[in-house]
Amino acid sequence: MPNDSREKILRRIREALSVKAPARHLVHTENRGHPGETGSTIVPATGWLPPVPDSPIGLLALFEKNSLDLKTDVRRCTDAAAVVSELAALALENRWQSVGSHHFALGNEAVSALGLPVVFTDQPYETAALERCDAGVSGCECLVAQTGGILVTSASAGGRVLSVLPPHHVVIASACQMVGDLSDAFDVLRKTHESPPSFASFITGPSRTGDIERILVLGAHGPKKLTVLLVQA
Amino acid sequence: MKITLFIPCFIDQYFPGAGIGMVRILEKLGHTVEYPESQTCCGQPAFNSGYWDEARSVAETMLDAFRDAEVVVGVSGSCGAMLKVFYPELFHGKPREAEAKALAAKTHEFSSFLVNVLGVGDIGASFPAKATFHDGCHGLRELGIKREPRELLKHVRGLDLVEMREAETCCGFGGTFSVKFPEISTAMGEVKCASIIETGAELVISNDSSCLMQIQGLFDRQGQKIKSMHLAEVLAHF
Amino acid sequence: MSTESVQFHHDADRLTHDLRHRALIQKALGGYYLKRDEQKAKYTDWQQARASAAAAKYEAVNHLDEYLVEFADKLAARGTKVFWAADGAEAVEYIASVARGADVKRIIKSKTMTGEEIHLPQALEKAGLEVVESDLGEFIVQLRDEPPYHIVFPSMHLTRGEIDDTFQKKLGSAHANTPEELTMIARGVMRQKYCAADMGICGANFAVAETGQISITENEGNARLSTSLPRVLVSIVGIEKVVPKLDDLAVLLPMLATAGAGQNMTCYNTLLGGPRQPGETDGPTEFHVVLLDNRRTSLLADPEQRDALHCIRCGACLNVCPIFKNIGGHSYGTTYQGPIGSVITPHLRGLQSWKHLSFSSSLCGACHEACPVKIDLHHHLLQNRRNAIAEKPVWWEKPIFAGFAWFMRHPALYRLAAPMLRLGAPVLHAIRGKSFDPVRMWTGTRDLPPAPPRSFKEYWRDRNAKR
Repeated sequence: MPNDSREKILRRIREALSVKAPARHLVHTENRGHPGETGSTIVPATGWLPPVPDSPIGLLALFEKNSLDLKTDVRRCTDAAAVVSELAALALENRWQSVGSHHFALGNEAVSALGLPVVFTDQPYETAALERCDAGVSGCECLVAQTGGILVTSASAGGRVLSVLPPHHVVIASACQMVGDLSDAFDVLRKTHESPPSFASFITGPSRTGDIERILVLGAHGPKKLTVLLVQA
Repeated sequence: MKITLFIPCFIDQYFPGAGIGMVRILEKLGHTVEYPESQTCCGQPAFNSGYWDEARSVAETMLDAFRDAEVVVGVSGSCGAMLKVFYPELFHGKPREAEAKALAAKTHEFSSFLVNVLGVGDIGASFPAKATFHDGCHGLRELGIKREPRELLKHVRGLDLVEMREAETCCGFGGTFSVKFPEISTAMGEVKCASIIETGAELVISNDSSCLMQIQGLFDRQGQKIKSMHLAEVLAHF
Repeated sequence: MSTESVQFHHDADRLTHDLRHRALIQKALGGYYLKRDEQKAKYTDWQQARASAAAAKYEAVNHLDEYLVEFADKLAARGTKVFWAADGAEAVEYIASVARGADVKRIIKSKTMTGEEIHLPQALEKAGLEVVESDLGEFIVQLRDEPPYHIVFPSMHLTRGEIDDTFQKKLGSAHANTPEELTMIARGVMRQKYCAADMGICGANFAVAETGQISITENEGNARLSTSLPRVLVSIVGIEKVVPKLDDLAVLLPMLATAGAGQNMTCYNTLLGGPRQPGETDGPTEFHVVLLDNRRTSLLADPEQRDALHCIRCGACLNVCPIFKNIGGHSYGTTYQGPIGSVITPHLRGLQSWKHLSFSSSLCGACHEACPVKIDLHHHLLQNRRNAIAEKPVWWEKPIFAGFAWFMRHPALYRLAAPMLRLGAPVLHAIRGKSFDPVRMWTGTRDLPPAPPRSFKEYWRDRNAKR
């Protein structure tokens, strides 16, 4: 459907912007007794957010604290064998019949050791079959300490759906994938992807809603449970 | 210091006690007060209603009245904000813009003047009562005054100050809003009053008499016994 | 008065008397305040973070042409079709044509206020398509045939009992007692809808120029499913949603979560940069982004209020607004409720029809204080008032304010006010609230203070006379 709206809108914008707007966020508050608000924005903007520790141990502790608040279950695993046994324990606890997954170094062994039917989403798959799975087991790009978030992309987490359709999402990640804040996570994306990924998502806790009387309910549409198996470096 | 009083019209007409209290306090502190009698209204009712030309013509009377003042101290957060924040906007691009800005710069709200300019905390007042403080929105958000009245009240002997849950919630007055949308204004006032009652205070204090007119008006109609007083009236009990 | 204004007075007055509504909203927001303050306290400096967020949006909005073109070009390079719509009609027509072209029957929609603004669901239903809202709150109000009550919490005006009734009537579900049971009913219904839908429709919270990605913020996972499972995806994006850099989101996403819902971060923050790419196994094969103007450029042309386009639709200004809390979201009659709605609706839909919203404010400024991008909301309400009156003064007000100004310019005359008040006050008190009381707009619900024995001016004269 060809139309000339692009040019029309851009023309309107350029006409509108011919008059400059006052930068109130910097100057307008001077008169209002909030001296703290008149500062410049030369400092990196993320510096004003909740502080992030420098040390890997500090980052890990912050991630775990945030995860607790978010009701994300974080389980530390000392090595690959521990991942195998933790995942098996999860399967048993939750009576999994089948799981969705994809091929990734940290998870391959543990997933196949489950001995359950697996829907692999990094090859053509049926949505309905994945929907019937009890859990989705995936990798991730990185973990974000400041928010307790997990960054997934199609490449790192078996597509767009695996991490959100099954009722339980299990992320297997290495502690060395921990970063400080979202800005650091964007750096990871820039390093691992030549061009911006078609899909990326920060997952911060299990799916939730407060739409009924503002009371928290987990598992609105996505996973009711989120577990992170964290392999120590 | 020679201090010029800014007494807004409804303080003059309805609540002169607040102005008189301010005079007594400033004189007790050893300052000279003067009061230009040509002052009337700051023009806020017209300004808030969208009639900026009319508001400006009234405001010019005030520019004249305070032209020679060194320091102007006002007894109302709302009218103080009119002079300090809104006059520069009202006169933006107009011939007397510089004068408006000069007046804004030398104008102070009463409690902020005492604490931040004069560095006073204890006036020597005593007022035995259980009271709660209502933050008028203009004083609180346009002028950033929150700590100052509490600092002053802290030193009042016998005064038991309890914070209410909705201290920073608007009382619903809002000038002409209160008569243009009386139902909404009243509902807002009811929320405020409920929060005051909840504290068990017998007295509500504010640095804005217009808010107190709304709150007291509702209490009186409801038959509540809670009384209201301007901060300056309380502090003038020495 | 405009018909919109008459309706507003009617609805607002009704809700202010509804004490059940007042208590419900107060309770719902009480939890929000606690969580919000707890999160804000974690910031190194919330005020500086606000300034940074405002600076990012200021940069974007004041160079909108450059960033929009960059965004559109980068997005198109990855196989997304970008359509520029000057108004709602163009957008609706385009989306309907996409649906026709792809033989779409069923649409699953995640939350988009921009879609609400142009009545997109209604238009598509008219074209014979099934449109299902997937956000729980939106789904509930859709079943009840109501507009969203709040831009972020669409069903916050309803109790679990009312929602249970609606589900029983419309879905034939069994009686449910708890928010959890009700949520699971909706989850069950929606699962089938996701899998059966041919087209997903979503909005965007941000559009990143640097990378050509849209960013969608949500808690439930419905947007992720709606944007991943159907074969066709359409995102409707207001042109003001653009931000220059990906790193801007590092500040804006946490602030949106904190201001909007008292969260550290919203549960899902998804970046979409294109349809399914070669080698990928899922995601839509067709992705359309509709960039909507719909008079946003009129607001842009007002430099005084241009910062209203900084809005990230977090709803914080609604949550703290004492007007909103007392009249409720539906009384506004607008897509965008609360202070931000009162500011922008006159620009989007006509000043004279919607100016009443700008007058219906005590100008308390709680909205500005709450705004994470520092929009000067309550001052914009004042400017809307000024603009409305300059354009068309109210015939009976004009002489009143002219008289007021004349009176106040004459101090000698003003001095007569005090004795007149002393004469008049007892009379007014005697007739207070009666139909012939000239000030019954005040005295209908409130007493006037008694006139004092002498005014300040009289006190001052007496005092000087004594000296």
